[in-house]
Amino acid sequence: MSTSVTASPAKSAAPGLRTPRKKHTPGKPRRNVLLTVLMALMVLYTVVPLIWLVINSTKTQAGLADSGGLWFAHDFALWDNVRDTFTYHDGIFGRWLLNTLLYVGLGAGGATLLAVLGGYALAKFQFPGRRAVFAVVIGAVAVPGTALAVPTFLMFSKMGLTDTPWAVIIPSLVSPFGLYLMWVFAAEAIPTELLEAARMDGASEVRTFFQVALPLLAPGIVTVLLFTTVATWNNYFLPLIMLKDPDWYPLTLGLSAWSSQAQTIGGDVIFNLVITGSLLTILPLIAAFLFLQKYWQSGLAAGSVKE
Amino acid sequence: MRRTTSRILRGIALVSTLALGVTACGGSDDDSDTKAVSAGDLQAALDKGGDITVWAWEPTLKTVAADFQKKYPKVKVNLVSERSGDKHYTALSNAISAGKGVPDVAQVEYFALGQYSLTKGLTDLAPYGADKLASKYTPGPWNAVSDGDKVYGLPMDSGPMALFYNKTVFDKYKIAVPTTWDEYLDAARKLHKADPKAYITSDLGDAGLTTSLLWQAGSRPYKVDGTKLGVNFDDAGAKKFETVWQQLISEKLLAPVNGWTDDWYKGLGDGTIATLATGAWMPANFSTGVPNAKGQWRAAPMPAWTKGDKASAENGGSSLAVPSLAKNKELAYAFTEYANSGAGVATRVSEGAFPATKAELESPAFQSKKFDYFDGQEANKIFADSAANVASDWSYLPFQPYANSIFNDTVGKAYVSSTKLADGLKAWQNASVKYGEEQGFTIEK
Repeated sequence: MSTSVTASPAKSAAPGLRTPRKKHTPGKPRRNVLLTVLMALMVLYTVVPLIWLVINSTKTQAGLADSGGLWFAHDFALWDNVRDTFTYHDGIFGRWLLNTLLYVGLGAGGATLLAVLGGYALAKFQFPGRRAVFAVVIGAVAVPGTALAVPTFLMFSKMGLTDTPWAVIIPSLVSPFGLYLMWVFAAEAIPTELLEAARMDGASEVRTFFQVALPLLAPGIVTVLLFTTVATWNNYFLPLIMLKDPDWYPLTLGLSAWSSQAQTIGGDVIFNLVITGSLLTILPLIAAFLFLQKYWQSGLAAGSVKE
Repeated sequence: MRRTTSRILRGIALVSTLALGVTACGGSDDDSDTKAVSAGDLQAALDKGGDITVWAWEPTLKTVAADFQKKYPKVKVNLVSERSGDKHYTALSNAISAGKGVPDVAQVEYFALGQYSLTKGLTDLAPYGADKLASKYTPGPWNAVSDGDKVYGLPMDSGPMALFYNKTVFDKYKIAVPTTWDEYLDAARKLHKADPKAYITSDLGDAGLTTSLLWQAGSRPYKVDGTKLGVNFDDAGAKKFETVWQQLISEKLLAPVNGWTDDWYKGLGDGTIATLATGAWMPANFSTGVPNAKGQWRAAPMPAWTKGDKASAENGGSSLAVPSLAKNKELAYAFTEYANSGAGVATRVSEGAFPATKAELESPAFQSKKFDYFDGQEANKIFADSAANVASDWSYLPFQPYANSIFNDTVGKAYVSSTKLADGLKAWQNASVKYGEEQGFTIEK
């Protein structure tokens, strides 16, 4: 199959001789059975756990134990589960949800703000030490956050910040990948001529940034915001070692605490609430992706085509 | 991921414990605690009121805390209950070593008490009147919380062992309830032959179960005398345990399922795990964790290692202790006493906790309680009987949580490879001794 495909451009040097069957343009991609099968498997691999989650959040604890994983039990308890999730232990789930929103709002929001400011400055201003910054940022991208968690804990512990929301928010403010992305994006998306024109017209640097650069950066900002939001929303290890007071737990940690109740003598076994809680936890992320998808896509593609 | 996380946490916990040991050597401020606190002092503290923080996951404490606040309106009990097991101890060790955020009362399981009392992390409650409560408790739990004339906590619950078995499965294959471990082995063979998917029990190596079975078999591997330690798994009791359990492992008669996982709950529910030798607190876990098998399970006395022997052992169980760094010790003790010796006990028993107090264990109301889950069986009679037959001369290592954490790297190999159980225990012994030496204990050979 592949031989005929590679041979086709040579044969069809003269336009019009080309048979329509073999024509493939970016708008009409050619089919490849192997790729289709592989992609189907990938879809199964990613979607099946989600389907499992949806199905099993309709079951009671008893239903979970005596029914198969991928089909419904005899009872439909989704609404009871949702209600119980929000009322269990005096409604601490709601508190965890608010905590997560706080961490995402301040942490991911702050990280995006810093990345935008830093990325813009690095892309559009010449100053000594840029290369050093570049090396540091690239190096930082390569270090997984988990590896830094313990040193950060020891440092924060000395500063008396552990067991406060700041212990989760401050480390979330740093997003080397977001900074790098903004840097590359700003370099491509904002023509230097435009900035020069604005300066010629007498706009201050602040005004140039807000009125000229910022609108052009919007797709990139949304992309970075999504990245940092997902990272902060899903962050488990950092809060795990930083926080002791369950009142400050984010959802990830709270759900894990509920799950570990099943491993405790006298503990209440609430797998049904853990599953329902997990579903509720990912819904906002799914919503964010669906609403911001178009920005996200245009952001990823930025700079890939020369206009 | 889970494994790495717990390893790192363990690392943090150990660092903290070490730091704790160092600070404990430096100061001798615990002398100030030895002055007696009279009942009048406690009452005065309760009248004055204040806030206490309680770190405990035991679910019935919620009602107890509410009742306590009703009785003493000026006292505010802040119950932190979203953490248990490893995470709880990590947080507690970290708080103690940081000297900050230490709770006034903490739930500490019996096997972990030694770690905190030895490093002077806990308040001696004897001056508060705890020493006069000894006769209220069964010997197993009291022995676990006290050390000479010092009392490091009040027993909250206990776990005298019993054999829980799935009657439906036993009846189906006409298997008799085993009364000795040899009969248990036969039952295991018969069951697995009749239904290759069914196992007598599940075990992939569980330190708590192993130590409890050794305890029941009469083995006393740990000798603890102040800072002098002995670890020896080479006695007659250990031999009895090894013989039976080695055959269960070699003949693949144990379900390869880790305890307390969802697979395990599923197995208990669908009859593929047919028995469970564990503490008397299990009924509460059965009814919330395996609601679908209601009516199928029953309790029976633990199988004996020698026919006719009634010896039992404890599995699990925890106390409430007052950390040395607690801010409000009078109130902390008053709450502990209320929950574990006073009016709180009745509340907790009525909500399904298994008591450690003699009065409750021996009361007719308790003993004749019918368990709906066990189809009306008066299971408490079996449990109370077991509690009375627990030998009180067992001790855990002062670093048992650490020892348990390396169980799977040593003994656990026997469950998944061709290592013999006896060799595994030997390796566990060596590793425990080595750690003990590093911690500055004198090891008696």
